Amino acid sequence: MKNLKGNLGTILGCALILIWCLLPVAWIVSLSFKSQEAVTNGSPGFFPSSGGGAGWANYTKVLKDDQFRQSIINSIGISLIATLLSVILATLAAYAIARLEFRGKKFVLTTALVIAMFPVVSLVGPLFDMWRTLGIYNTWPGLIIPYMSFTLPLAIWTLSAFFREIPWEMEQAAQVDGATSWQAFRKVIVPLAAPGVFTAAILTFFFAWNDFVFGISLTSTDKARPIPAALSFFVGDDPFSRPASVLAAGAVVATIPIVVLVLFFQRKIVAGLTAGAVKG
Amino acid sequence: MATIEMKNIVKKYGDGFPAVNDVSIDVADGEFLILVGPSGCGKSTLLRMIVGLEDITSGDMLIGGERVNDLAPRDRNLSMVFQNYALYPHLTVYENIAFPLRLAKWKDKDIDAKVREASKTLDLDEHLERKPANLSGGQRQRVAMGRAIVRDAKAFLFDEPLSNLDAKLRGQMRTEIARLQKKLGITTVYVTHDQTEAMTLGDRVAVMKRGILQQLATPRELYEQPVNLFVAGFIGSPPMNFLPATVENGEVTLPFGTFPLPADKAAKTEGKGLLMAGIRPEHFEDVSVIEEGKLDSTRTFAAHIDVREWLGDQQYAYVPYEAEAKVQDQLKELARESDSDSLRTQLVVSLDAASSAAEDSDTTLFIDTDKMHLFDPASGDNLTVGL
Repeated sequence: MKNLKGNLGTILGCALILIWCLLPVAWIVSLSFKSQEAVTNGSPGFFPSSGGGAGWANYTKVLKDDQFRQSIINSIGISLIATLLSVILATLAAYAIARLEFRGKKFVLTTALVIAMFPVVSLVGPLFDMWRTLGIYNTWPGLIIPYMSFTLPLAIWTLSAFFREIPWEMEQAAQVDGATSWQAFRKVIVPLAAPGVFTAAILTFFFAWNDFVFGISLTSTDKARPIPAALSFFVGDDPFSRPASVLAAGAVVATIPIVVLVLFFQRKIVAGLTAGAVKG
Repeated sequence: MATIEMKNIVKKYGDGFPAVNDVSIDVADGEFLILVGPSGCGKSTLLRMIVGLEDITSGDMLIGGERVNDLAPRDRNLSMVFQNYALYPHLTVYENIAFPLRLAKWKDKDIDAKVREASKTLDLDEHLERKPANLSGGQRQRVAMGRAIVRDAKAFLFDEPLSNLDAKLRGQMRTEIARLQKKLGITTVYVTHDQTEAMTLGDRVAVMKRGILQQLATPRELYEQPVNLFVAGFIGSPPMNFLPATVENGEVTLPFGTFPLPADKAAKTEGKGLLMAGIRPEHFEDVSVIEEGKLDSTRTFAAHIDVREWLGDQQYAYVPYEAEAKVQDQLKELARESDSDSLRTQLVVSLDAASSAAEDSDTTLFIDTDKMHLFDPASGDNLTVGL
């Protein structure tokens, strides 16, 4: 009896949290299937009322829009490149921090943390000026660079924690077995740190994908504008009434890559991969 | 296969403390050498200097006649078994064993032949496709050995390979290692803190203390002719008994009485004041089990047995005695150095299983002073070495 009660509590708690988290998402999805008229008329139901439904019309509209299509390409390209570069750099830096003794190690770590704490907004102005002077305003690199520098600290900290967990002996064993330092790193350390690498990759990708401030202030045209910024510029046929339902469809489309990515990488983040390396 | 020569090897850490101090050892081709000592004696550091994981502060390390001080581990062609095995958890047993060969860019066909051969030797055939996480401690240990024997290394190095196994498995693996080494005939250096492993496995044993080589000899010589108090106390279980002693007129005076001493031993120790006598538990016997006529009645004494441990084939009896504070301090220091603890001054004697000596009773014991060693208490040197 007591067990059932406990279970009931757990189920109830989980349900509450799920509703709390997923309601906005569900509402956006619901909105994206309503017609523009239904939204302006103030149709409050969760499911589109009869006649108020738009079917896939909003989605086709969004996907047919050139601006939006370009911004999806921009977002995917910029986020992926920033993630890739950031993870590669962070892996090397974190390895050095975890394994090597060098002067200024503490300095590197604290500086990284300080950068992470910097308010993003305070850098927008200077970057805007610098980028225009350097000629990378409104280009992919103009966004990739700030994304990298803001995600590197977190990636370095996460990864160096992972590297520290890997026993020194693994590497020494590899060296005795005939590996160069680089081979030991690539064939033994990186595979073992894979969960950490994927965690860092996901965090970096999130940051880059969801960023709005840089996206809107360092771009001026479709050429480099990422999705979050593009959505805010999205005005349909009538500039005076924002097409809420089409925007909702756009938001859903923008969310899909993140969901797919998490589901895909979740399998890779297997805790306890190092189990069995050494006697515990 | 190769010889390993260590010439005046010194390892100093940043604070100037010498972890290994002026150690010279020659390991012959095919020899099984044991490095043994209490924790922190520098034995593992020395091993890691052989393999190249630690820099050598000064001295020369020669493997197969070639100076390797400045060679990276991968260029020394040695194979090592780590204390915690250090298997690659993301690779199968097969790939773990094949790892050194893959690095050396062997052909797949040759790798397969070598891995199968090693796995057969170590009885790992049915585990080849499993991951290390799914193996038992003993199996992981065998995989680590497989990775070591698969390539034709110049020497094997073992860093306390059995200390993570339970007692029974340890015994089995010890025999297995001995058999493997004899079969392959490869020069082996083996680090352990366990004196039983040292005595049973090694052709020669190097006993170390605080970075200094104490004695390098065969197990029998270490046991019978220890050069100093430390070696005498470290080798043997239960350990050698140390008693305050003075030698005068060919007789030795112990806390239990005065006994005749062989002339050669007496000559070297007479008139040197207070000495430390070392005598192993098996050199005592219960008088009642010694045949009539074989008993030398000048070498018997009455003892009060405190505790008795009956082990089936033999039994240990404990005889407490009072000692002067100075002697007690020295015994404590000795015990501390060899990682053990002496709570009280007592004599451990090994008696024949047939002895009916009871606990908390008085018994007459025989002491074989022929086998006794006498040590200088200040320097710890054995004054009767070789006698």
